[in-house]
Amino acid sequence: MTQMTMVTAINDALRSEMRADERVVLLGEDVGKEGGVFRVTAGLQQEFGEDRVVDTPLSETGIMGAAVGMALGGLRPVPEIQFADFIYPALDQLVNEASKYRYRSGGEYTCPMTVRVPVGGGIRGGHYHSQSPESMFIHTAGLKVVCPSNPYDAKGLLLSSIRDPDPVLFFEPKRVYRALKMDVPEEDYTVDLSSAKVVREGEHVTCVAYGAMLFEAVAAAEEVKQQGIDVEVIDLRTLWPLDADTVVESVKKTGRLCVVHEAARACGLGGEMVAEVCEKAFLHLEAPPRRITGWDTPFPYTLENEYLPLAHRITPALLETARY
Amino acid sequence: MEIQQSYPPSALPWGGDQEVFAVLDNEGHASASKDPRLPLALVKRIYETMLRGRIIDERLMKLQRQGRIGFHVGAEGEEAAIVASAAAMEPQDWLAPCYREVAAALYRGLPLQTYIDNMYGNADDTCLGRQMPDHVTARDQRYVSVTAPIGTQITQAVGLAWASKLKREDVVSAAYFGDGATSSNDFHAAMNFAGVFKTPCLFLLRNNGWAISVPADRQTASRTYADKGIAYGVPAVRCDGNDALAVYATVSAARARAAAGEGPTLIELVTYRLGPHTTSDDPTVYRDKAEVEEHAKADPIVRLRKYLEHQGAWTTEDEQRFTAEAQAELKGCIDKAENTPEPSIASMFEDVYATMPAHLAEQQRQCVEGPRAKKKH
Ligand SMILES: Cc1ncc(C[n+]2csc(CCOP(=O)(O)OP(=O)(O)O)c2C)c(N)n1
Ligand SMILES: [Mg+2]
Repeated sequence: MTQMTMVTAINDALRSEMRADERVVLLGEDVGKEGGVFRVTAGLQQEFGEDRVVDTPLSETGIMGAAVGMALGGLRPVPEIQFADFIYPALDQLVNEASKYRYRSGGEYTCPMTVRVPVGGGIRGGHYHSQSPESMFIHTAGLKVVCPSNPYDAKGLLLSSIRDPDPVLFFEPKRVYRALKMDVPEEDYTVDLSSAKVVREGEHVTCVAYGAMLFEAVAAAEEVKQQGIDVEVIDLRTLWPLDADTVVESVKKTGRLCVVHEAARACGLGGEMVAEVCEKAFLHLEAPPRRITGWDTPFPYTLENEYLPLAHRITPALLETARY
Repeated sequence: MEIQQSYPPSALPWGGDQEVFAVLDNEGHASASKDPRLPLALVKRIYETMLRGRIIDERLMKLQRQGRIGFHVGAEGEEAAIVASAAAMEPQDWLAPCYREVAAALYRGLPLQTYIDNMYGNADDTCLGRQMPDHVTARDQRYVSVTAPIGTQITQAVGLAWASKLKREDVVSAAYFGDGATSSNDFHAAMNFAGVFKTPCLFLLRNNGWAISVPADRQTASRTYADKGIAYGVPAVRCDGNDALAVYATVSAARARAAAGEGPTLIELVTYRLGPHTTSDDPTVYRDKAEVEEHAKADPIVRLRKYLEHQGAWTTEDEQRFTAEAQAELKGCIDKAENTPEPSIASMFEDVYATMPAHLAEQQRQCVEGPRAKKKH
């Protein structure tokens, strides 16, 4: 075990998989010589050379289209999009190509690739360095969407993603990158995709979160505990395909649901989660399910902590839901 | 200076062997045959804005290090490319900037206080703290709102020019962008549209040697960036971007072409980013100090100052007086910005649409009446 941040844990996962599997190739803007603007790929070009850790020209279309081609051609590309906010020029390749190759070719062709994407706010990034566009990709059949909240899960989920036969969008919450260290095994291990984790058991309310907001949900749960309310917190870890069973089982126990995400509310994952729970556990519900999310505005700069669904907004929602 | 038509391909040698148009040497001596002989008052105004830009950059860099502002993107070394090009455009022309050209807006009269309020994202910031610092918007200066996604302003500049063409106005547009942006989809679409529709627009390509850590020779396999004009039938020239007189002459010639209905021009302004990409960047990871020192010898501010001195139009006392005044003005703006409150919570929900829809009005009410975050950003 070594104490690692999420940055070092992801770096460690990439390094070990590149040592084990020479089909793994990294490509993106500034990922090579600089080691990425967040230093996630630091040292990898030195170890694996310029052919496997590639500084590309400034084109997300180029990065993604080339990655699709590399995947078709038998490699396991791990393209990086520098910020989620800049993924849009790559949408055609993701939405119309990578996600549909298997289906449209009757399984003849597949695109095993893992797109690493720093995501989310809380780093004074304004609306072009803070977005959380995960729902757009969840809405696209054929893509898997992952978002770890901590270094241990980040390494295990990334190794699972790279080995997965389908394209995965791997969202890395920037706010967590260096926020905490934890014990991470140096050896190979995986965390299964589509496995949510109960990170805190409780009787009264189920609170579902992921990425950076998981910590806010846990902080809010601690706060309401002082008022005798026991919150069960679930870290989704994989956003799609959804591990609905874990959530539904929890709600059957607690009868109450709060979902937290920093992405905007309209058509966010929270809405899908609430619908799922209503369909599968309606008769167990004792309070209206609640969504605590980013507002339906662009992401602001100065007021970002008022935009984000931080603990100050989760706590009252948990109390109201518990006391409904 | 004359602009050569690149399509049909001319007999002129294009590319690496193509001359970089320059007027000034590093000692500020102008080539007699190329000197555009601009009125000294104009050159002084260009010089003062360049110097002011440098002074502001140095101060903002320190403010960021002190944690008083969150971010800054400077233009150290690129002042001639930015200011002299803006000076060569007419006041009614559109500027579609990247994020490094605020000095162009200042040249056109953007009040310094407005810029500094943007750096603080306070209640007086035109965009109400919604954007990161340096993402200014300046409608009075016909300087469109700065965006971060690379390249998007280039196609928009074609549209701005197209609009003026359809409206039969004497308005030309200029898009500023970096060497990195030439790899974006928008650059290619913009060049293609501009070539096909002969829109009156200028593509001002600041080739500053780097796109964060990616060197300009890794960004393209073309011999030069100007070469890219050939494929699109857009005439292109290379110009010493650290030579304010050369930049002015080149841009005003291209502007005249555009205004005469002869279409777009791609201008590669060969310059160098002396500072970090932004305050978030540490260039020592990817480039040698020696390279920077070499380029610092062609500092555009020093070259133009020497030129003015040779003309007897600028003295050491002028330099000291101007610097002191610029610093005092800046200090006043910073003090005021630091004493201006944050934008209101309610303002976060405004300007999403012309009329606030019901769901946003409800969210605005919830947020305003709800609990406040424990920490400022
Ligand atoms: C579409 C997109 N991808 C990536 C980025 C991140 N990014 C910001 S600036 C930059 C480099 C731009 O280089 P260049 O165009 O040469 O302009 P310069 O900064 O040198 O002025 C990159 C990659 C971005 N802003 N937009
Ligand atoms: Mg550049």
